[in-house]
Amino acid sequence: MPYLWYAGTPAIPRTWGTTALRGSGLEVEALVGDAVGVSTVTTSLTDVASSDTALRAFLHGLPGVDRVGADQRAAMLGTRSIKTTAKAQAIDLAISMVDLTTLEGADTAGKVRAMCAKAVRPGGDAPRVAAVCVYPDLVPVAVGALGGTGVKVASVATAFPSGRSSLDVKVGETTAAVAAGADEIDMVIDRGAFLSGRYMKVYDEIVAVKAACGAAHLKVILETGELATYDNVRRASWLAMLAGADFIKTSTGKVSPAATPPVTLIMLEAVRDFRDATGRQVGVKPAGGIRTAKDAIKNLVLVNETAGDDWLSPDWFRLGASSLLNDLLMQRQKLSTGRYAGPDYFTLD
Amino acid sequence: MMAIFEYAPAPESRDVVDIRPSYGLFVNGEFVDGSGTPFKTVNPATEETLAEVATASSDDVDRAVQAARKAFGVWSALPGAERAKYLFRIARIIQERARELAVLESLDNGKPIRESRDVDVPLVAAHFFYYAGWADKLAYAGFGEPRPLGVAGQVIPWNFPLLMLAWKIAPALACGNTVVLKPAETTPLTALVFADICRQAELPPGVVNIVTGAGETGAAVVGHPDVDKVAFTGSTEVGRIIARAVAGTDKKLTLELGGKAANIVFEDAAVDQAVEGIVNGIFFNQGHVCCAGSRLLVQESVQEEVLESLRRRLSTLRLGDPLDKNTDIGAINSAEQLAKIRSLSDLGESEGAQRWSPACELPDKGFWFPPTVFTGVAQSHSIARAEIFGPVLSVLTFRTPAEAVEKANNTPYGLSAGIWTEKGSRILWMADRLRAGVVWANTFNKFDPASPFGGYKESGYGREGGLHGLEAYLDV
Repeated sequence: MPYLWYAGTPAIPRTWGTTALRGSGLEVEALVGDAVGVSTVTTSLTDVASSDTALRAFLHGLPGVDRVGADQRAAMLGTRSIKTTAKAQAIDLAISMVDLTTLEGADTAGKVRAMCAKAVRPGGDAPRVAAVCVYPDLVPVAVGALGGTGVKVASVATAFPSGRSSLDVKVGETTAAVAAGADEIDMVIDRGAFLSGRYMKVYDEIVAVKAACGAAHLKVILETGELATYDNVRRASWLAMLAGADFIKTSTGKVSPAATPPVTLIMLEAVRDFRDATGRQVGVKPAGGIRTAKDAIKNLVLVNETAGDDWLSPDWFRLGASSLLNDLLMQRQKLSTGRYAGPDYFTLD
Repeated sequence: MMAIFEYAPAPESRDVVDIRPSYGLFVNGEFVDGSGTPFKTVNPATEETLAEVATASSDDVDRAVQAARKAFGVWSALPGAERAKYLFRIARIIQERARELAVLESLDNGKPIRESRDVDVPLVAAHFFYYAGWADKLAYAGFGEPRPLGVAGQVIPWNFPLLMLAWKIAPALACGNTVVLKPAETTPLTALVFADICRQAELPPGVVNIVTGAGETGAAVVGHPDVDKVAFTGSTEVGRIIARAVAGTDKKLTLELGGKAANIVFEDAAVDQAVEGIVNGIFFNQGHVCCAGSRLLVQESVQEEVLESLRRRLSTLRLGDPLDKNTDIGAINSAEQLAKIRSLSDLGESEGAQRWSPACELPDKGFWFPPTVFTGVAQSHSIARAEIFGPVLSVLTFRTPAEAVEKANNTPYGLSAGIWTEKGSRILWMADRLRAGVVWANTFNKFDPASPFGGYKESGYGREGGLHGLEAYLDV
């Protein structure tokens, strides 16, 4: 029997938001609408970041997250059975959302070039991935390898992964990465400041890095494994979005646990609620620990049934991963041929 | 509009079940013919006839009670540890045959396979494991040196056919009683497979007897003079008839009847999880749940926010083939129940409440009702009073905790309640004042064999599950 229902599309038009930040006061002016009928929405969140007290009051006024309930919801969505045509569709969508990543001390120009080649042509007729993600010093290599291919270059910055450096250094690193041609910057928040309740410091850093990004997209890594509670995940998500994040990202991949399904679920709820409140759409990127096609498909189910269709594109949802791509390719081939090929039939990088 | 990510059908295979064209009664360890007129059981999702099932006449019931009486001598004399072995064996076979039982339950009842697979059948096995553990420890249960009662006559409903069977049979057997059980006439099949499991476990003949049929068969079980204990789960209306039938006899009686539970959402609740809890409270098992959270009491200050989230969430529910692994809402169990839900919903509308359902296409065949939310409901509306036993939620509001308690308790029922708040002290304050047998905090419709379940007021008396559940099957 065919499905009789599917997620209805929210009656909110697709949104291209522009965020104008003026000093510590927060002015969110979002352009809402399709090509026609553009209107300006000024949100009620204008004064939220006017002071540490106001910001704290706002973040602590967000609805709580019940851990048991969130875990159950994520587990239930994990039981969705995605087969045949839906699986094929999901695998290709997942490939197109991959931020192919290498973030090792041992990275070299050669390693990055090889990864870029795979990013553009993963194998067979599979679509290209969304972006490659590298350390700042390797951005020129990636830019050289990817120019004109449509695959974006993302760079981590801001003293990744710990974020333990001065703001000057973080901004400088961001500026350098952008100058070298990075399309996207993956910054980390100051978890120490967040956990000690100094939200304004976290906010100001994001604002400063966002300014340094210029036209580059800013992904803000919350490092949810260090934030520990789901309440903190929701607060950090809102904090990052208020400060101008284009994407919120779960993890650096250097801390365990990384992108667990409940954490991704809570962040998807946050971007959904943020758009309802401000009209501005923010993307989500789970990263770390997503290794199999099954994990990736579970993530797409979370998007589909939480934020909905509007987030089901590489513009709004990414999967940060390194080994995931080969499993997606293997499952893709299995679907078309009916059998698994050995690992030697898939390229290392 | 075509969705970007459309789930393909993912039906669970029917091959795992082997439905026979006709079924007899299970008496004294044998499948035998019934002398009443056989009836048909249908798949409520398609209206296809699944099998023809025997009807037990009062003579057949008498034979079953005699078999149970005879077996009682042997069974009650067994050391508890020996009875436990049989129960553990049954529990393990249930786990081994879990897929078969889940598919059959979904076929006969209409509930989604996700629920029969992940909720019903695991809980069935858990109940047998739990009470198997008690069988040799009854002397330590706090009832002195208790004796079993004898023959238990048990009548169960169609909403959780196998789970209700487990709730009835597991404690009865653990305590040393033997049973004659009548499953509901619309859902007899898993009980008959359970009979097969009893044979597979080599349970002594007569310890478990299954008699199928409608109300008359049930009346014969309940009214049989040699039955020592009557246990019934079902409607308050039938519960009253049974209480009258049992009055004046020395039969011990437990009744688990209807409910009209309040699910109370405070302004400081975790909204997303509260919405999940509301959905789970009333749309789990198509609302065919006696403890369903059919009245949503939401604090006025968050009413709009909660209802908006709820409507959005309901638009993602997937209604359709119960055997599809991605189905959230299955079929209504029978044409009769569907008619009842329809008439109560129409009454709600005519009394002035606002009706809302998500955009939803119902299958052409079978018995279906869309998830439905009524807002603007007052305490005086019929849909706030009567048990609908379907996927219909009535939304009421309150201003203060005291008002929430008053409204929650303002019902003839008292089976369950839910509280949603991040404030622990308020949960305890509320739970003290709610006249309900089960109070869930920040969750709903959670069951565990170790936890007693039962009602206040017109929701019945006696407890099933846990230590308390033993009392109903012991002479204490």
